[in-house]
Amino acid sequence: MAWALPARAVEPLVADLSSHLVAITTGFAGTDVLLFGAIEEVDGKSGGDVVVVVRGPAKPETLRRKARTSGIWINSGTGKVDSAPSFYRVAATRPLEDIAPTVILDRHQIGLDHLDIDIAVKDGDVDKADYRQALLRLKQKSGLYGTGVQEIGMLSQRLFRTDMHFPANVPVGTYMVEVYLVVDRQVVSAQTTPLVVSKIGVGADVYDFAHHQAAAYGIIAILLAAGAGWLAAVAFKKG
Amino acid sequence: MRRESAGGARGTAGMQIYLPIAEMSVNVFVILGLGGGVGFMSGLFGVGGGFLMTPLLIFLGVPPAVAVGTEANQIVASSVSGVLAHWRRGNVDIKMGLILTGGGFVGSTFGVFLFRWLRSLGQIDLVISLCYIVFLGIVGGLMLIESIQALNTSRKHAAGGTVAPKRKLHQHSWLHGLPLKVRFRRSKLYISAILPAIIGLFVGILAAIMGVGGGFIMVPAMIYLLGMPTAVVVGTSLFQIIFVTANATFLQSTMNHTVDVVLALLLLLGGVVGAQVGARFGVKLKGEQLRSLLALMVLGVCAKLLFDMVTVPGELFAAGTGGKH
Repeated sequence: MAWALPARAVEPLVADLSSHLVAITTGFAGTDVLLFGAIEEVDGKSGGDVVVVVRGPAKPETLRRKARTSGIWINSGTGKVDSAPSFYRVAATRPLEDIAPTVILDRHQIGLDHLDIDIAVKDGDVDKADYRQALLRLKQKSGLYGTGVQEIGMLSQRLFRTDMHFPANVPVGTYMVEVYLVVDRQVVSAQTTPLVVSKIGVGADVYDFAHHQAAAYGIIAILLAAGAGWLAAVAFKKG
Repeated sequence: MRRESAGGARGTAGMQIYLPIAEMSVNVFVILGLGGGVGFMSGLFGVGGGFLMTPLLIFLGVPPAVAVGTEANQIVASSVSGVLAHWRRGNVDIKMGLILTGGGFVGSTFGVFLFRWLRSLGQIDLVISLCYIVFLGIVGGLMLIESIQALNTSRKHAAGGTVAPKRKLHQHSWLHGLPLKVRFRRSKLYISAILPAIIGLFVGILAAIMGVGGGFIMVPAMIYLLGMPTAVVVGTSLFQIIFVTANATFLQSTMNHTVDVVLALLLLLGGVVGAQVGARFGVKLKGEQLRSLLALMVLGVCAKLLFDMVTVPGELFAAGTGGKH
């Protein structure tokens, strides 16, 4: 997964996560993962900017737009997104435009404005740009896309750290945490670390059961409900 | 529509519970309170409460499809719990119940397919809202008029207790000319089985789409269309709701994967306690007062949905996964 870069004697960028697994347990209410690392001197020069991008697994999305039809608001237009990251956050030591030119940001898809999202729009009134803005806005509202560029703290020009928040509704899958070292507006080093978001425990078992043995799940759901209802009636009759 | 979490601050992590099918984190006490509150209403008024619970769950950020599927499951519990008291008193017309159930099975099966189709078109939210507005509006309006009239009459006669709605014991119409006549001993009726089967079918479709038991439509239909005595109406309605919602639960689980047992169990835990408290509270109020209160509440839900539908939405766009996961 590492980016193809010229071989060097010393890797100028080292980074790791406090945890490589976000476990969605029964009590899961969102969590933070710490990303930390260091930058080494390159050719006698030290310093540079660090940019971190967290991408969730790409998924298709369907957007619908409401329009007024005979007095009521009805879904009238659709925009189908082939693949958009299900989670997207950027952190950087400085504002992105001060760190690297647009070409570089586009190439690595760093920043919401530089995300490459293709939308097939079926709507007579608005165009792709509106659907794109709507997708970003909805994702931000649900906490899955960052609203801006998060700050990365630097210690003594060499060490960096940032906390990445994963909200309770975080989608499961394998995430990619990309760390870029940018010196003189050029990416000089990059590292990609996978991060797994997975349901663990009872919740995961229930989900798997509901999807893989749906008939048994349905029958158990009915029996549980009927049993609970009967128990309640008996308990309160005596009480 | 979906919020980050229902009242979810990180400091209260111990009270949060992750719903495996809804795929969201909710506060346990919010859900228990919701179950208790709606249970209280249903105990107080003798209604299922599904018509209140489903919109409230959607309002909390539960995806509409999961709210409808899960509510069907919860209603299985509340109607089993409710039917037992009526069963003991012999207020269940089993023959009528089975015919209604037969129609209801066909109707709810069709309803779940319809639900799936509308969901793929992206119009399920609209249809759910429209069904609510139309049926809650009609039932709430009729109930309000009827209970105000009853309040006035009971005031005039200064006589408390229940005032039965004015109707002839036998209204002979073309309905009585239909074939397949069956004698319903408990309901003291000799009518065609076709009519209850059709009513069951129709209410079954609505139950599956709206995530309700359908009692609020079934009960008036039984009284005014079938002419059943009021004593057996509620028990028989609950009896058939068990089977229709069980069918809807099974189909929503297998076809749409939208039944969240964790959510259903939390709701019914709060619900059964609330229902008992409500039932005890209800005996202190007069029937007409209860009905007019219920009518106002039903109309309130209806007005809220109508308002949301005609006013300019805050967000014109909505995201939905294009089908399954």
